[in-house]
Amino acid sequence: MTAAPFPTNLAPVKRVSLLRRFMRKPAGVIALVVMVLIVLSAVLAPWLAPFDPNLVNFKITNAGPGNGHLLGGDSAGRDILSRLLYGGQLTLFGALITCVSAVLIGVPAGVCSGYFGGVTDRICTWISDGLQSIPGLIMLMVVAAGTGQSFPVLMVVLGLFMAPGYFRITRGRAMAVRKEPYIDAARVSGVTNPRILRTHMARAVYPPIVVQSALTAGIAIGMQAGLQFLGIGSAQTPSWGQMMANGMQVIQNYPLILLWPSIALGLTIAALAFIGTTLADLISVRVERPTRRMRLKARQLLVTPPATADLPNRVASGEHAHRVEDCALRIDNLRVGYPAPDGVKEVVRGVSLDAAPGEVLGIVGESGSGKTQTMFSVLDLLPAGGTAVADGIYVGGKEVGKLSTTARAALLGRSIGYVPQEPMTNLDPSYTIEHQLVEPLRHVQGMAKEDARKRAREVLVRVGIKDPERVLKSYPHQISGGMAQRVLIAGAVSGRPSLLVADEPTTALDVTVQAEVLELLRELQQEYGMALVIVTHNFGVVADICDRVVVMKDGRIVESGPVERIFRQPENPYTAELIAASLDDAEGRHELDRAWAGAPAAHVGGEEDAR
Amino acid sequence: MTAPNNTAPLLEVRDLVVDYHITRKVNFRALKGVSITVGAGECVGLVGESGSGKSTLGRALLGLAPVAAGAISFDGKDITHAKGAARRKLGNDIQVVFQDPYGSLDPTMTVGEVLAEPLEVVGASKTQARATVAEMLDRVKLPGDAVHRYPSEFSGGQRQRIAIARALVRRPRLIVCDEPVSALDLTTQATILDLFIELQRETGVSYLFISHDLGVVRRVCHRTSVMYQGEIVESGDTHTVTEEPNHPYTQRLLLAAPVADPAKQAERRAAWLALRESA
Amino acid sequence: MFSFIAKRLVSGIVLLFVVATGTFFLAHAAIGDPTPGLLGNSATAVQQDALRHKIGVDRPLLTQFWDWLSHAVTGDFGTSWRTFTPVNADLAQRLPVTLSIVVFATLLSAVFGVIIGVACGLRPGSVLDRILKFASVVLFALPGYWVAIVLVNVFALGLGWFNAVGYVDPVVSVGGWIQSITLPSIALALGAIVMVAEQLRNGFLEINNQDYVRTLRARGLSKGRVTRHVLRNASPAALTVLAMMFVGLLGGAIVVELVFYLPGIGQLTQQSSQNGNIPVLLGLTVVTVVFVVVINFLLDLVLGWVNPKVRDR
Repeated sequence: MTAAPFPTNLAPVKRVSLLRRFMRKPAGVIALVVMVLIVLSAVLAPWLAPFDPNLVNFKITNAGPGNGHLLGGDSAGRDILSRLLYGGQLTLFGALITCVSAVLIGVPAGVCSGYFGGVTDRICTWISDGLQSIPGLIMLMVVAAGTGQSFPVLMVVLGLFMAPGYFRITRGRAMAVRKEPYIDAARVSGVTNPRILRTHMARAVYPPIVVQSALTAGIAIGMQAGLQFLGIGSAQTPSWGQMMANGMQVIQNYPLILLWPSIALGLTIAALAFIGTTLADLISVRVERPTRRMRLKARQLLVTPPATADLPNRVASGEHAHRVEDCALRIDNLRVGYPAPDGVKEVVRGVSLDAAPGEVLGIVGESGSGKTQTMFSVLDLLPAGGTAVADGIYVGGKEVGKLSTTARAALLGRSIGYVPQEPMTNLDPSYTIEHQLVEPLRHVQGMAKEDARKRAREVLVRVGIKDPERVLKSYPHQISGGMAQRVLIAGAVSGRPSLLVADEPTTALDVTVQAEVLELLRELQQEYGMALVIVTHNFGVVADICDRVVVMKDGRIVESGPVERIFRQPENPYTAELIAASLDDAEGRHELDRAWAGAPAAHVGGEEDAR
Repeated sequence: MTAPNNTAPLLEVRDLVVDYHITRKVNFRALKGVSITVGAGECVGLVGESGSGKSTLGRALLGLAPVAAGAISFDGKDITHAKGAARRKLGNDIQVVFQDPYGSLDPTMTVGEVLAEPLEVVGASKTQARATVAEMLDRVKLPGDAVHRYPSEFSGGQRQRIAIARALVRRPRLIVCDEPVSALDLTTQATILDLFIELQRETGVSYLFISHDLGVVRRVCHRTSVMYQGEIVESGDTHTVTEEPNHPYTQRLLLAAPVADPAKQAERRAAWLALRESA
Repeated sequence: MFSFIAKRLVSGIVLLFVVATGTFFLAHAAIGDPTPGLLGNSATAVQQDALRHKIGVDRPLLTQFWDWLSHAVTGDFGTSWRTFTPVNADLAQRLPVTLSIVVFATLLSAVFGVIIGVACGLRPGSVLDRILKFASVVLFALPGYWVAIVLVNVFALGLGWFNAVGYVDPVVSVGGWIQSITLPSIALALGAIVMVAEQLRNGFLEINNQDYVRTLRARGLSKGRVTRHVLRNASPAALTVLAMMFVGLLGGAIVVELVFYLPGIGQLTQQSSQNGNIPVLLGLTVVTVVFVVVINFLLDLVLGWVNPKVRDR
């Protein structure tokens, strides 16, 4: 047994805390600063406020700013600035109560609902849906009705109505996490349910709750001011909503009185909203879409590499076996890159290959080798941000690499057919199989509706589907994976393409289905005389179906040639390693154990210290 | 490391039936009376296609699937319906390695926390846990500073090593390996398989090795059972099952798997086509 | 499908019952003796006793509840404790006003939400998309009445384009009706528009990344045809948001009506709350929840039509 040739050196730790990353976002920082100032001014109101908020001075009734009253006086002759500062206390205190009660109600219910499922989930979900169906404001008015209205109680009730927001988020997260194998692993290790809820679950739901809290606080402040605006709450305690209601009454003559509380309210809510969305952007795993400028720069770097570039790597790898005009597909020096902080990340670094009609070419490599990216470049369907440059891309002997996007797209479904990897995710779940087969025939091939239907049925029969009528009427979730892959192959060949591109067409399938699908691809390829380019990591598949093969590693071709030669005497050690890893000719456990038993006794005795 | 009774296997499953409730009235019988044994220090393979019930059997052993009938005994004790504390105690003896190297580690925990969790559950002290974790990381050939890192900083193969280390920290006697290499690249797969063999020799642990790949099973398993539609259709010495199978399904499975050699594959394909015609 | 409809119907009725019961006891608990609120503080004890007897709050609470419930199931919500007119008449008079602005606001949210959402989903990162992101942050959080106040100031009082306040019945003048509900509806709808647009945009981008969209493109389908597939798959989430917005809009309407002096359920709710007029509050609650239940039911039907997986359940 050889020691594992495994990279044991890890990249240096580079982890940036959420707070640090937050501080890099200008919108977030500004919002945070504003919020901190608002909180401080409210907390310090007793020291900051120049007057008693309820002190009536008739001289400043409806007065504009001035005379020591920075924002003037309201219609009852009270200092507006002082009332604003004290009103902030109530506003923020109320928002806090609401958030805390909403979290305390919504989060535990959501976590339990998502984790335990079943009856717990059904009951909690029903209650949550019910709460969301009740207009909260009316219920708050009911609670506030009469004289015995207490502000904290109102805010707790508001929290109850905000709880479904937390419930939905935590339940969704908990349900997703519940299915993760690490929860099962923890249970197998004897971790108790309460402990799983406390550790794994709590950690998983924590980030979205922080985001939700910022938004909830904002909404709570708005609702609360709305209640005060409706005249609910003590007239003695100053509040922003009450100040707005007061301003509303004199809006025609003294609009400034309304302006100040409006600004305070709008600013607070907007600050909370910006903090919330900035956090949401940070914690979501969504990759930011590269801007147009980044894409152009990446493209520029692909076309003209900087002088410092590694020169041998700038030469195309791979070779051509046919003349240009004889090729169904030919690629000259393809490079594919994605925008990266330092310019461009090249995932395909100079690839040349070709395939003739009637030939099956395998592109083989491990994950990250660039084999799929090469294939998507042929289709001109690279994922967002990806950009491909090549000295030439030829389809059917004609150069297409310089054509417009529209002209490239016109090749698809006509000259080029595509068979994807994962059958179940490659059919549109909302449409019947019939619709998905007929639509391209009608709108790409221009067939009449009835002809298209007939053709769809024929192709389904051709790909070995026994009961085409039932399958045509089915939705994707109603058929099996093997069946779905046949449907996808039917869709790919129904336009009679001269080039069929297949991306790991059997990887997601069971072995017995894989054999059927490979057989089908082989038959169709011979019947239609197509060139078939098949991307795979499986050397068994290569041996089964390919005439020629290119082996890729790190975006370059390390070796290419006829299948027999590659398997008989691989020139590149990496190719040899890959073939050996297929385990077909590897020693079985019995041989390994015999060899080990005969080996020096270095390993023996390991059993003693094991327990 | 020796079992109390040398004749009795470490794990014995008899006529196990598992039903999943699809709706209130509809049941899906995932296992239809399955029997299997695993001896101490032995690796037993369980091969089948998706839906064959092979993973369900593994989950039933771990108490993660509803057993309707039959019996599971471990080390002579019946554990078929072990619940609560009894089930948690089994964590000392039976552990698991899952397929998905991304989902099987909590992304919010450092590797150190991941590995220490099974130890903390049984009340190990911080120092003890730290020493054991360090030892296990060494066993699976990961550097010691991995404890401070998060799973996302590791490749698929490295994560699978972490998952194996987690399964080992309590020094179990049986590990259920549910497709532990099928999500990995071929070259990584080979090194992880070698690691499994090496660890078995060092610690004497038993494996129930679930896989869809006959080549993988041939590499690591002493004995192998083949599952099809909730039943075991063939069992025996791995060499026999994977080279000269008796049951038609196993034959079909073997002939359907393409071999990485064009000449041999042409033969195998011809044989597969002949079998398909005759069927 | 039939059992699905039946299940939703039963669920809706149970919800109505629970809400009605809950509100009844909550209101009585919160208000206690309603007579001071109804008569004012200057009323004598004799007057209060007389009123107590007249409206029946001197009976045991459970008797009152049964009395109310047995009438409510027939659609009769009793008489107002203040005006002694039937609650149904009050509601019939007020609801059209509120529904006018809520339905109009929902329509605005749907139309503009879809247009903006699709435009941004097709061109993420464009100027419009960035404006949407900014607007969604601000407008999502700002309460409708705050926006309403700004609108009144700018468009009605400042520019004089609309009537500042008041309601015109469509029977009197359709043009006047539209003019009178436009500003309130916009005030209500702004937040909902950005919510729907944002939801649709994000759904659009998510669906755009699905494997099957690439496969559709690889079949040679035109951009427009692919967009149709994406839109259909992105719509359930946006529809759900739209239905949820309806509930929010009903609540928001209460405050917005006060800003615009519209004689809808807003004023009625406010007055009834201040007076402790429980029959009116109960009527309001039940009727709004009925609307919400109906909307959710319609949503389920539409979702079943859009998403075949739901149908199979």
